[in-house]
Amino acid sequence: MFDLIIVGVGGQGAILASDIIGKAAVAEGLPVTGAETHGMAQRGGAVENHVRIGSRYGSMIPAGGADCMMSMEPLEALRFAKYLKPQGIAIVNTERIVPVTVYSGKTPYPELNEILGALKGVCKEVKAEDYTALARKAGAVQALNVVMIGAVSKYLPLKEETLKQVIAKSVPPKTVAVNLKAFDLGRDA
Amino acid sequence: MSKEFLLGNEAIARGLLESGVDVATGYPGTPSSEILAALTPVAAERGFHIEWSVNEKVAMEVAIGASWAGARSVVTMKHVGLNVAADPFMTLSHTGVVGGMIVLVADDPFCHSSQNEQDSRMYAKFAKIPCLDPCSPREAKDMIAYAYELSEKYQTPVMFRPTTRVSHGKSDVTVGELPEGKRPVKFTKDVERFVVLPKHTRALLKKLNAKQEAISKELLSSPWNRLDLKPGAKLGVIASGVSSKYVEEALTAIDVPVSSLKIGAYPVDPLLITRLAESVDRVLVIEELMPLVEEQVRMYVDDVAGKMTGEVPHEGEFDTLLVSNIIRKLLKLPAIEVRAPPAGIELPMRPPAMCPGCPHRATFYALKSVFKEDAIFASDIGCYTLGTQMGAVDTCICMGASITVASGLSFAGVPNKVACTIGDSTFLHTGIPGLMNAVYNKADITVVILDNRTTAMTGHQQHPALGETITGEPTTEVSLEQMVKACGVEHMQVVNPFDLETTKAAFKSAYEAEGVKVIIARQPCIITAKRIGIKRKQYEVIPDLCEGCRRCVKFGCPAMEFKDGKAVTNDQCAGCGICADLCQFGAIKIRSR
Repeated sequence: MFDLIIVGVGGQGAILASDIIGKAAVAEGLPVTGAETHGMAQRGGAVENHVRIGSRYGSMIPAGGADCMMSMEPLEALRFAKYLKPQGIAIVNTERIVPVTVYSGKTPYPELNEILGALKGVCKEVKAEDYTALARKAGAVQALNVVMIGAVSKYLPLKEETLKQVIAKSVPPKTVAVNLKAFDLGRDA
Repeated sequence: MSKEFLLGNEAIARGLLESGVDVATGYPGTPSSEILAALTPVAAERGFHIEWSVNEKVAMEVAIGASWAGARSVVTMKHVGLNVAADPFMTLSHTGVVGGMIVLVADDPFCHSSQNEQDSRMYAKFAKIPCLDPCSPREAKDMIAYAYELSEKYQTPVMFRPTTRVSHGKSDVTVGELPEGKRPVKFTKDVERFVVLPKHTRALLKKLNAKQEAISKELLSSPWNRLDLKPGAKLGVIASGVSSKYVEEALTAIDVPVSSLKIGAYPVDPLLITRLAESVDRVLVIEELMPLVEEQVRMYVDDVAGKMTGEVPHEGEFDTLLVSNIIRKLLKLPAIEVRAPPAGIELPMRPPAMCPGCPHRATFYALKSVFKEDAIFASDIGCYTLGTQMGAVDTCICMGASITVASGLSFAGVPNKVACTIGDSTFLHTGIPGLMNAVYNKADITVVILDNRTTAMTGHQQHPALGETITGEPTTEVSLEQMVKACGVEHMQVVNPFDLETTKAAFKSAYEAEGVKVIIARQPCIITAKRIGIKRKQYEVIPDLCEGCRRCVKFGCPAMEFKDGKAVTNDQCAGCGICADLCQFGAIKIRSR
């Protein structure tokens, strides 16, 4: 069983990311369960999507149970850190999306070093990259979710080829080339 | 037979298709909305009727009519939608159904996207109808076929009650064949059944009560309620719906034998409860929301742990960790601890917010700048409830309650000006009677219809004022202007909220007038605008001209940031241009490159 938690900000494409990984698991004949965030939180709120490969249990990963976290935004990695296993790995995009509360309120956005340092105290390994820059390099900033699927693919119990086949079928036809490039850039980063 | 990775709601839709649904109705509401959305693409090809109804009461009654003609129908809604539809629902159990009818009500423990937590199982008990409570998307799909058979066998509507973690859970689901052919329909007149005169209802109630026992016995042999007795177990755990999955996972990490009873169908036959209780020393009941099963178990068992003894929370959503620790505590095993990130870093909250370029933000800004802090702003259910962040929403209780609560404030005689905001879909849902009432009874309020030309919050569903059905087929467009006029409103103006000056002038004239004034602020939702290809250029702040006054930042748009004493736009800018209108220094312009 492999538990992956995908976190980020509503609108970043976390649902498509979990959908691609879940479909790839089904294509390989593995049981899979998951949970998505819909409704009000999709309007720029913090979102968490769960993917449980090889699972027949409930849709949500218990706190302290995730083998891997894919975080599309640094602050959200720390917000959902409770899900990580002590032996888990966190893959974190370093590009920030500053919540409006930072400009209107009193709480500042923590320094990136502070966030990553705190995460290192929770799990075994933290891999932080500017995956947004890689998405731009691939040709579209919207491909961030696929770049990050590439980055987590090295840890998933799924074949690279299966993931690529599902990506090609799941993204708009005009963007297949960009997304496959995005996957490769993420995987090689 | 093949396997697909489906959302719970998509799995339910697949179950409906495999059961040959003939008429599907509903009003959007999280977490139920994707069921009709998943049925829509195949409606024409499969030849069934599908609709977004004006509200849940309407949806329920349309589904009842279809069922009485012998069609298989389904009505979908969220838990609070059943409050709106409660009137037909409560009497439908008496008349019963002809074609199978599923009342699909999705509950939302923890109020992820709702105004309350409400346990629809109580409504099923209240109406004396069976209720199915799936534990997973996989089970939900299989349960649908059973629900139709049960409904037709006992001529009763069946409540189907997924919760958020089923509706928005996902899993591999085995999909089956779709049925061939069309079900014949015919309405057979039966006044004693379909006309609920008191004399008829008295007889119908006796019939309803008489079939309760048979339904309970039928469910005893269903696969949804499952007793698993473990030799040597001292503790027995009863868990309903999704909670049974958490129990299953929790028990894998506990070496002591524990017996369990999974509940997925109500009413629960007492035999299952007593069989479990006789084999163990103590029974624990785990269910989200209300202690429905627990209250029943207490009728037959003395030593019961649950909500009523403080072991199980009364509020919110459960998960495997919470359930594990409840069971472990009763077994005197150490609790599972979770490593928390080190204290000392305060995380800024990230609440949902209106999108960059959202027309509601512009309308709220104009409204507040005219009505000022002292006015009272009643509001309603939709994305615009997020107007609390701008201090432009002071009340919100349920669908359609903006105009009516505003009226009540006005009639109470508050010295403040009273204005209210309501979305286009919400206005059509239950806002119209309130507007009629306000005019009829002479309220002194300003009503703002936030017409963003969609039902945005739940995922952009069509409604009658768009001239398009659920399938995208053109239809008669209901005019909001004519509707407002027909309610007797004389002071009405339509404005474009991106034209800030005209919008403010309209609010000023409403502010100064007496009686019921209606302003329709019309501008498509920024998300649909992008989808239909409306292109707007992004704006940028010219650093040399920016004085750092923060006027644009205070507008609260997620696309406006503040760095090193200057405002700066980010890539989320959707080009509404309101910030440029706000800037007193002419520092915000359309991006040059």
